[in-house]
Amino acid sequence: MNGALLTDAEGSACDRCLRRGMLVGLLSARIADRLAGARRNPSAVLALDDERLVAAVAAAGQRDEAERFLTEFDPVATREMVAVAGVTPVCRHSIGFPTRLLQLDDTPAILFTRGQTVRGLAALSHGPAVAVVGSRKASPHGIEMARQLGRGLAAAGITVVSGLALGVDASAHVGALEGDGLPIAVLGAGPDVVYPRANARLHERIAADGLLVSELPPGQRPFRWSFPARNRIMAGLCEATVVVEAAEGSGSLITTEFAEDLGRIVAAVPGPALWERARGSNALLRSGAAVITRTEDVLDELYGIGVRPEAPAVQESEPPASEEESGGPEADAVLAAVEAGGGVDGACEASGLGAAEVRAILARLEDSGRLRRDVLGGYARSSP
Amino acid sequence: MLASIATFALEGVDSREVTVEVDVRRGLPAFTVVGLPDASVREARERVRSALLNSGLDFPLQRITANLAPASVRKAGPSFDLALAVAVLVAGGQVPADPLRGTAVCGELSLSGALRPVRGMLASALAARTSGCQRVIVPEPNAAEAALADGLEVLPVPDMATLVELLHGRWVPEPVVAAPHVRDAPSAGPDLAEVRGQHDAKRGLEIAAAGGHNLLMVGPPGAGKTMLARRMPGILPPPGFDEALDITRVHSVAGLGSGALARERPFRSPHHTISPQGLVGGGARPRPGEVTLAHRGVLFLDELAEFSRPALEALRQPLEEGKVDIVRGQHSVSFPARAVLVAACNPCPCGKGAAACLCGELDRARYQRRLSGPLLDRIDIVCQVTPPPARDLVEQRAGTGEGSEDVRARVVAARAVQTARLHASGATCNGEMDTATARRHVHVGKGSRRRLIRSLESGALSGRGHDRVLRLARTIADLGGRDRVTASDLDEALGYRLVPPELAVA
Repeated sequence: MNGALLTDAEGSACDRCLRRGMLVGLLSARIADRLAGARRNPSAVLALDDERLVAAVAAAGQRDEAERFLTEFDPVATREMVAVAGVTPVCRHSIGFPTRLLQLDDTPAILFTRGQTVRGLAALSHGPAVAVVGSRKASPHGIEMARQLGRGLAAAGITVVSGLALGVDASAHVGALEGDGLPIAVLGAGPDVVYPRANARLHERIAADGLLVSELPPGQRPFRWSFPARNRIMAGLCEATVVVEAAEGSGSLITTEFAEDLGRIVAAVPGPALWERARGSNALLRSGAAVITRTEDVLDELYGIGVRPEAPAVQESEPPASEEESGGPEADAVLAAVEAGGGVDGACEASGLGAAEVRAILARLEDSGRLRRDVLGGYARSSP
Repeated sequence: MLASIATFALEGVDSREVTVEVDVRRGLPAFTVVGLPDASVREARERVRSALLNSGLDFPLQRITANLAPASVRKAGPSFDLALAVAVLVAGGQVPADPLRGTAVCGELSLSGALRPVRGMLASALAARTSGCQRVIVPEPNAAEAALADGLEVLPVPDMATLVELLHGRWVPEPVVAAPHVRDAPSAGPDLAEVRGQHDAKRGLEIAAAGGHNLLMVGPPGAGKTMLARRMPGILPPPGFDEALDITRVHSVAGLGSGALARERPFRSPHHTISPQGLVGGGARPRPGEVTLAHRGVLFLDELAEFSRPALEALRQPLEEGKVDIVRGQHSVSFPARAVLVAACNPCPCGKGAAACLCGELDRARYQRRLSGPLLDRIDIVCQVTPPPARDLVEQRAGTGEGSEDVRARVVAARAVQTARLHASGATCNGEMDTATARRHVHVGKGSRRRLIRSLESGALSGRGHDRVLRLARTIADLGGRDRVTASDLDEALGYRLVPPELAVA
């Protein structure tokens, strides 16, 4: 047992696990070849020990190189390289390693983390965690749902885990940040590699206020197999996996398969029956997954219907909007009209105010966090 | 014998004086034109020969050499015809040279000897006045335009034969008087009174008109975006004399002028398939683009997201600096381009907007990426256009809002305040203030300063956005007749500005 104290800067990883982690990185391209036919489940390969892994995946030319790597591995230089990348390694023998993850058949030997390592891993080991996953090409409904769940769960003191992909994943992370939570992003690339590029800003925000986790070493680019592999870690970290929107054959369904194998809770948000893009998640519901329409539904699944744990320390995440700042009955009328989808014109008519006053009130509501706008300035419903 | 006559060559929207020198010598009959003429100028030889012969004049069967000086300036177009013909007549001794002292000559010839109008006459007349000419001989249809250049005697002539009579002192044209500038003519365009509802867009248009700010209307198809944009010229202040001169000059160069002083601000609405060159000007021989034709008026870009990326990128310089610089290998020209941008787009590819939208996230992201970026950062007002209730469409009820004249009165008053405040800085409205001027003239209270700092720190406002919001808030205060920018003015201004994509709701 590696009992050394875990710190954000140094982490805690034994040499052997570190070597294993780097070996997976070294062989990642070969694992891709090996798995070309069976991309859905890399577990069989990742469960092999070092020597067998080399034997199984290293092609003739690379085998010598891989074996030389195993014999000549320099833990000190490797630790330095990892630290320079701003990455903290935590191995399965560390007390900080998330306990739930140890139940996997092929628990990764090591996690490379970036961000709030100590706080993030403590939350994963000692508190409830829920994965919110779904389509990269989600509908506005799915995006908003993921965000609400992320925000609601985080505000309820539950750690929100997702995969930092486009669409539902990113939205769940954003929601968790809004709910003052510590979002956990499990990546299919090294923890310092931004993928997809479009999430660059979110990546940095999570590196600052949340935790990025990967079994791949720093600098490692993603492979097709590394996403299903990432999904098994997400499933392993969480007590429940909620699928917000998934088409048939979606990667999110891989996550729920892992979760089911581990005996964890599988849940899904229902979508319209005719939607292609909700067919996978609806199929989950048909086969018995829990129906999620709001944050409370997830809490009911975790704790039992109506049962809640002691109130979490952080309850007041919303800044209380002071009355004189955003206020009065006029502001309420404007807010109500805009939330009902009436737009600025609807708010003018509902409140009887001129367009100038309505715009000013809307700007104040936005400033106080009660309202948000979309990219082209449309006021969006901002849920509680 | 040698003759030299003053005429003009167009460069961008300006004209410069060119001297046509003609030398007629004994030798084999030939007619050569030198001095960087292009093919269209060399064609003048044929027109001059036929026009002279058909007017009962002699075309000397001698060696004729014409030089267009300065020889370093490229010359194009048929406007040198008349000067060449007159120079040939003077050099051949058919007309006296004396009456042509201090006189510029400009016009295109038909084979019959009749004079045709040329483009850019106002620019040429202004150049004539600057270079010290007292008189200018022009084709009759150009007379009114040339007369706009104050203090220049305009001699309109119908054909070559009459011109010869004029130079011999046997004929005098009617004196030309410029039509007086009418300032308070009501706009002929559609009226805002016909519009029901659309509170946000009407307010946006009024502020945009009052301060010269760029505006984007977002709304589903059929909500009335184009209809509203067409009412923008009607609420802009009528052009002052100098502005009208500016508009007329540009339009004359582009061949769009009516020959009289412009009374209305231009409204240009190019189709979204336009090329970058078509939008900002260009070509081997640079011609003004739509943004220049909209100078002092409105450039309306409907379906903003459908315009090509290069076209939208090209708009950045004109929007920022009010001019377009076009550099070619040989020379560069600068076109004025101080137009208010009014743009319109759908909220998403399917056009239905928030609640009813059917688009996938990727489609929407791609759509927004096409729009986002530097162009959106230069748009100060983004307002919503709401489709009218079905009842109103069917029952065709009349509009209930104020008429364009009332709105225009407020806009004019707000502009007057701005002009008085800004007269020293060279800007004519708040939208044209540079950063330093804006800092000097826009003062906000302590609470507003805190609000701005908050927006800057959260990333909701960029540095450029900060400056632009201040200018917009200044205009809102001017419209309300307030000396100071209040917290409410600033809030309203911030409400019109887009939040950056990374802070926006998906």
